[in-house]
Amino acid sequence: MNRIKQLFDKKKNILSIYYTAGYPNLDDTIQIAEALQKSGADMLEIGFPYSDPVADGPVIQASSKKSLDQGMNLKLLFEQLKDLRKNVTIPVLLMGYVNPVLQFGVENFCKACAEVGVDGCIVPDLPMVEYEEFHQTCFEEHNLSNVFLITPQTAEERIHKIDGLTNGFIYLLSSSATTGKNLEVGDTTENYFSRIKSMNLKNPTMIGFGISDKQTFDKACSYANGAIIGTAFVKAIESGNIEESVSDFMKNFKG
Amino acid sequence: MKYKVNEKGYYGDFGGAYIPEMLYPNVEELRQNYLKIIDDADFQKEFHQLLKDYVGRPSPLYLANRLSEKYGANIFLKREDLNHTGAHKINNTIGQILLAEKLGKKRIIAETGAGQHGVATATVCALRNLECVIYMGEVDIERQAPNVARMKMLGAKVVPASSGSKTLKDATNEAMRDWINNPVDTHYIIGSVVGPHPYPDMVAIFQSIISEETKKQLIEQTGNDQPDYVLACVGGGSNAMGMFYHFMDDEDVKLIAVEAAGKGVSSGFSAATTYLGKEGVLHGSRSILMQTEDGQVVEPHSVSAGLDYPGIGPQHAHLFKTGRGKYVSITDEESLDAGLLLTQLEGIIPAIESAHALAYLEKMEFKGGENVVICLSGRGDKDLDTYIKYFNL
Repeated sequence: MNRIKQLFDKKKNILSIYYTAGYPNLDDTIQIAEALQKSGADMLEIGFPYSDPVADGPVIQASSKKSLDQGMNLKLLFEQLKDLRKNVTIPVLLMGYVNPVLQFGVENFCKACAEVGVDGCIVPDLPMVEYEEFHQTCFEEHNLSNVFLITPQTAEERIHKIDGLTNGFIYLLSSSATTGKNLEVGDTTENYFSRIKSMNLKNPTMIGFGISDKQTFDKACSYANGAIIGTAFVKAIESGNIEESVSDFMKNFKG
Repeated sequence: MKYKVNEKGYYGDFGGAYIPEMLYPNVEELRQNYLKIIDDADFQKEFHQLLKDYVGRPSPLYLANRLSEKYGANIFLKREDLNHTGAHKINNTIGQILLAEKLGKKRIIAETGAGQHGVATATVCALRNLECVIYMGEVDIERQAPNVARMKMLGAKVVPASSGSKTLKDATNEAMRDWINNPVDTHYIIGSVVGPHPYPDMVAIFQSIISEETKKQLIEQTGNDQPDYVLACVGGGSNAMGMFYHFMDDEDVKLIAVEAAGKGVSSGFSAATTYLGKEGVLHGSRSILMQTEDGQVVEPHSVSAGLDYPGIGPQHAHLFKTGRGKYVSITDEESLDAGLLLTQLEGIIPAIESAHALAYLEKMEFKGGENVVICLSGRGDKDLDTYIKYFNL
């Protein structure tokens, strides 16, 4: 059974961490994964960098650029990930933009994910209709979850459609924003979170974008199965010893 | 109609809407409404009234005698340079601002390369009293200073794009990010036939006035609405698409699209997309783009800011792949020489973008008597610094 499903079956308040592969140093990818698992992360989203990340704010743009400048690409990432499952047992997703996947070949991509033990993908600019028509079979053959995003503006009918196509979790954006904005939970956001919660979707939900500390994490967990932290973590590991920065960052979410 | 968009938003293998969910509601709202709004009689009336009284259309189709004599063909220039604000870009911004109003939008954003689209957008925003934010690459802000000043004077906020190559591609990224962060009240006026469906179709429809007029003018001037050749420069490809639009189904009319070779197609400093590119996804549509083997977008180069873009619109990719259009390229130097030539033979200083199309005349062979239409997409005032430096004037 897919590791993602197992996790949601047994645990609440799931903490998922996003980081950019090949950042801060090209070879840090596996070390960060292991350090995160050790410090209590429940799930990982490893970003493969793209030159034109339109959905990202300045921090993830900068980490992507640095990673690319250091020579990261999908082929190298899959090489690095050959060692992923030596020690890492928590679910791992790859997250990135569609063009590198298309150039790698969707089928090769799914196959490579399955080989290294990746459990799912988040490709924000892969349209639902393209996925359904051309790629769903391939993802499912390789037991890969494909995670879709929804925003406060996503219509109810479309949310149900997304719920039907997803088999992992639904990525609930706290607001329509690029990554790295602060989460302000006002009435509108609470209404939106409550509205989604009351829809009783078949998939679990994870709240992302704007989660940066224990307070915002706890708030998110009261509406969803957990939350995703990206920008705040990428910022925290910018310099210094990886193991120490990871463990210091994760301490914020204990207790 | 075989070269037009299908109901799924595709031109053959190209097009579609590859956008993150954050942009979906906006793009979907447009998709559902754009044809309904554009086809409405009141909209058409207002659009054409503004094109006539405000833009100064129809733009002349001018038989350039001395140029014709030099090349041995009848060379007609479609004078988009004479439009208000100095380029074809305003045809699209007039259309889109009226559409944005119908959709109830209060705030307008746009990207710009040479600054022509930025100026055209800032102009219609002043005209219709809407807030205007223009994203422009830092490099372009530097090389197109007069246009930056014009935008500011028109009341627009000009925001520098400082990521990547700091040119048109990056300005487009920043505009998309703005739209993601302002999903309700903002309309994004894309300036070229690029972006997610329905943008390429919508912009092509607004620019198609160029070929619509050209056909009528050709009948008046030559008795035949089908020339032998139609030429236009291509960055993203909006003036070319407007120029080709009503000729696409006239299979005897040869369509020639001129890309920017920069310092040469093999120099590593080029924007010749069909020559150097591969199929992929950029800025929301599947098209042809310059990219690495890993799918990272390659930074383009052209002396002309308006052609300094690593992709082409999906409809161009389709015309290229089907062979309906011939896609060629012209270097920085060839374009500047052609710009000076037109200035001295006809007393018209062309934008360096448009000079790329003119430069291709050198590479064509004429039997004599052929009718050739070239889209003179913009005027060269904004490029004086570049001309002055290159020719030591």
